[in-house]
Amino acid sequence: MATSGTRPRAVGRPVKRVEDGRLLAGQGRFVDDLHLPRMVHAAFVRSPHAHARVRHVSVSRALALPGVVAVLTADEAARLCHPWRGILTDYVGMKTALQYPLALDKVRYVGEPVVAVAAADRYVAEDACDLVEVEYETLPAVVDPEAAMRPGTPLIHEELGDNVIYRGGFDKGEVDQAFARAHRVYRDRFVVGRQTCVALEPRSLVAAYEPREGSLSVWISSQVPHMMQAIFARILGLPEQKIRVVAPDVGGSFGLKIHCYSDDVAACLLAMRLGRPVKWIADRLESFATDIHCREHLVDVEAAVSADGTVLGLRSRAITGVGPWSCYPRSSVVEGNQVIRLLTGPYRIRNYKAELNVVAQNKALMSQYRAVGHPIASMVMESMLDRAARDLQLDPVEIRRRNLVRRDELPYTTAFGYVFESGSYLESLELALDKGGYARWREEQARGRREGRHLGIGLSCFIELTAPGSFYGSGGAPISAQDSATVRVEPGGTVTALIGVTNQGQGAHTAFAQIIADQLGVSVEDVNVMSGDTALVPYGGGTSGSRGAVLGAGASILACRAVAEKVRRIAGHLLEAAPDDVELRDGKVSVRGAPDRSLTLADIGFRVYYQSDKLPRDLEPSLEATAHYTPARPITWANGVHMVVVEVDVETGLVKILRYVTVEDCGPMINPALVAEQVRGAVVQGIGSTLYEHVVYDAEGQLLTRTLMDYLVPGAAEMPDIEVHHLETPSPFTLGGFKGIAEAGTAGAPGAILNAVNDALAPFGVRLTRQPITPDLIRSALRQAPALNRDGRR
Amino acid sequence: MAERHVVRLTVNGESVERLVEPRKTLADFLRQDVELTGTHLGCEHGVCGACTVLLDGDPVRSCLLFAVQADGARVGTVEGLAHDGLHPIQEAFHDHFALQCGYCTPGMLMTVHDLLQRSPSPTREEIRKALAGNICRCTGYHAIVDAVEAAAARLRAAPPREAAR
Repeated sequence: MATSGTRPRAVGRPVKRVEDGRLLAGQGRFVDDLHLPRMVHAAFVRSPHAHARVRHVSVSRALALPGVVAVLTADEAARLCHPWRGILTDYVGMKTALQYPLALDKVRYVGEPVVAVAAADRYVAEDACDLVEVEYETLPAVVDPEAAMRPGTPLIHEELGDNVIYRGGFDKGEVDQAFARAHRVYRDRFVVGRQTCVALEPRSLVAAYEPREGSLSVWISSQVPHMMQAIFARILGLPEQKIRVVAPDVGGSFGLKIHCYSDDVAACLLAMRLGRPVKWIADRLESFATDIHCREHLVDVEAAVSADGTVLGLRSRAITGVGPWSCYPRSSVVEGNQVIRLLTGPYRIRNYKAELNVVAQNKALMSQYRAVGHPIASMVMESMLDRAARDLQLDPVEIRRRNLVRRDELPYTTAFGYVFESGSYLESLELALDKGGYARWREEQARGRREGRHLGIGLSCFIELTAPGSFYGSGGAPISAQDSATVRVEPGGTVTALIGVTNQGQGAHTAFAQIIADQLGVSVEDVNVMSGDTALVPYGGGTSGSRGAVLGAGASILACRAVAEKVRRIAGHLLEAAPDDVELRDGKVSVRGAPDRSLTLADIGFRVYYQSDKLPRDLEPSLEATAHYTPARPITWANGVHMVVVEVDVETGLVKILRYVTVEDCGPMINPALVAEQVRGAVVQGIGSTLYEHVVYDAEGQLLTRTLMDYLVPGAAEMPDIEVHHLETPSPFTLGGFKGIAEAGTAGAPGAILNAVNDALAPFGVRLTRQPITPDLIRSALRQAPALNRDGRR
Repeated sequence: MAERHVVRLTVNGESVERLVEPRKTLADFLRQDVELTGTHLGCEHGVCGACTVLLDGDPVRSCLLFAVQADGARVGTVEGLAHDGLHPIQEAFHDHFALQCGYCTPGMLMTVHDLLQRSPSPTREEIRKALAGNICRCTGYHAIVDAVEAAAARLRAAPPREAAR
């Protein structure tokens, strides 16, 4: 096959990133770096209220300001486009209202855009916003998710009849019997605060409309250019072939940049009305107020456990508050569903009943952020295991060993119905314990307690849903389940690849260059990978759900195979050999066993592109192929284990992480350095979730966390070194055996840290079930602690 | 419309003279008027550090300064770190996978440049403290700390001809 040769394989090696040079030199090309002739700048008048009727809007003073070129009101915006609705039809019974670019009759969250302005520069545009007069009649805000469900609560959308967007659940196995025969039943309520993504590059867009062609070009900081093309076509009423969407360099995204935002649509409408390019860049306040939020969940859980620590059954009841609308087009019901579906984790729990309520409230819209649902599900399960272990006087390791799915049980079907085909659940745990020095840390902990230091050790064993081959499309959303690659050998013998998967920092171009280099027997330097432009690349789904590596690799491999076949047929003709006897290696195309009978790819390129008239008519003069790939299974499951050691300062409530060890199994690694960095970055986001990050609204729905001084993200000084270990259990069902990795760290961290903190606080009889774990939370729990009990049991 | 003022300064060693509104930030001035877009804006309130540049040799938040305040100053940006190719700090970032999306990277590099001028052999702890004012959302910082250690070693062995001013 093409992958053999004297040059070492690129796949599996920590090949340095091809993306770095420009970015290091300050030559990145982010959306805000783009300047077009006659470009104007958009700014928005935004709601200062969580819930209010819009009584009157006056824009005349704004329009009169020198430098202002357009003011777009809600009525006009509604006339110029089709509204959208964030429904996935496979969530039966879900409902949500239509969404418009600008608030029509009511505002429903703080920061909702009400009027859009375009002006010569952003400074003037913001001046003009100050001159727009809006009269509001405030209404009671619906903030608390449980209150939102109660009869008599004010309605956010009167026409829907109540504030419940979706009610779901399932009942699998024999749950009541499991609880009836339990040795112990543990009940807890977990409260997880709102968060947001905080990509350092804010949402950014430049839209340019050519009225004579009826064509719209949009440069947007996005993970999903083809999806944006499809939704702009639907909303703006333009045909898809007239819309070009380009995602140039993207400064982080993490699930932030895969949604339809109303201010983006309004900026496009301004560009279409003006026939001039419009730039719209969110500032940080706008980001906090209007980027999607995530993770606001209440989970009531009951676990039925036998005397030996076997989890016999579970019941969960989750409520999640998602803002006034279900987000378009991915909806706002997925995270809640993943909380209940993933709750059993990698554990053998046959009996499980779950219920979910997704409710509307007067806060920003909520949707998918890195590891959607996983962190909550994992944290709940891991915390319940630790509680049971402590009560049953089992080591937390032992209770996990007794419940983890064993390799000989694969394929294993979870209570909900997920199928794990391959994985290393117990093996990952043992490796983490060994690498993390679990036994030594237990000794250190005991010594620390004698000295008045409060160390805690936390474990989490988790699964990661990756590379969904079918997900949103089945619910009617224009979101591709397949991905694509065009691979072309250029006349000079080097390779250009156009990939449907996008790059927001993961190193995707490097990874695909490695795969393509091996497939075609060329060096990584000879492959140039491009992505992110609907006018350039074949139709793709971009990034989400840890799909990029799996789907992009699959499509690249298939495209390379097709190109290699073309090369072999043409070389076979030129070398007078059977195509099957021709091999590609080290940039050469030669007859197997006769290395002197060889051509370079450049020789073949010259013949194909410039002397095709001399080739036989039945040989297509082409060194290019496009392939599309959907994984054979709906989900490719990755898994891992985190072990963390913390020290809690019981005076200040501060948590210090002393050691962080991860074991990740994403199958064969394309590039171990890229994998390690995905894990580390994701772990730190998980640490942020657990200890710092919290979007706070007051009782009136006013947003209180409006700057990076109020909303804390992890900084270098607080973060630990993070040790990353790997197991490589290939998927039997993906090309190359690859599995996704991007979200694993974020999935696993909250459970491990919560358990570590609770382990440290156990001697005080304190057990926390809330996130983020702030110093205040720890101190107030300690103040209310029932008793000091040195062995940690009540 | 506010009155405009002449601002004269040097950016990466080149003299620059522009007419600007007094309210224009140094960051916007560098990005829009001087067309050096390597300096990035992440928060515009002085926390994230992406817009860090050197003002007369000291690291500052260019989003918290007005361009008129930099009149007469020497400004150094990421574009001026190396004459050609990459500065040893940039090379170390490349070697250690210390960037992902690259958005925080210019500010990070300027902060590290300042750190290693003041402290040629920082410990990991000191590096982490020095980076406390630069948010990276992608890497988790571990690789950046590795890169700074490596850059420090490289600079101790062979200091480069200084480009950033």
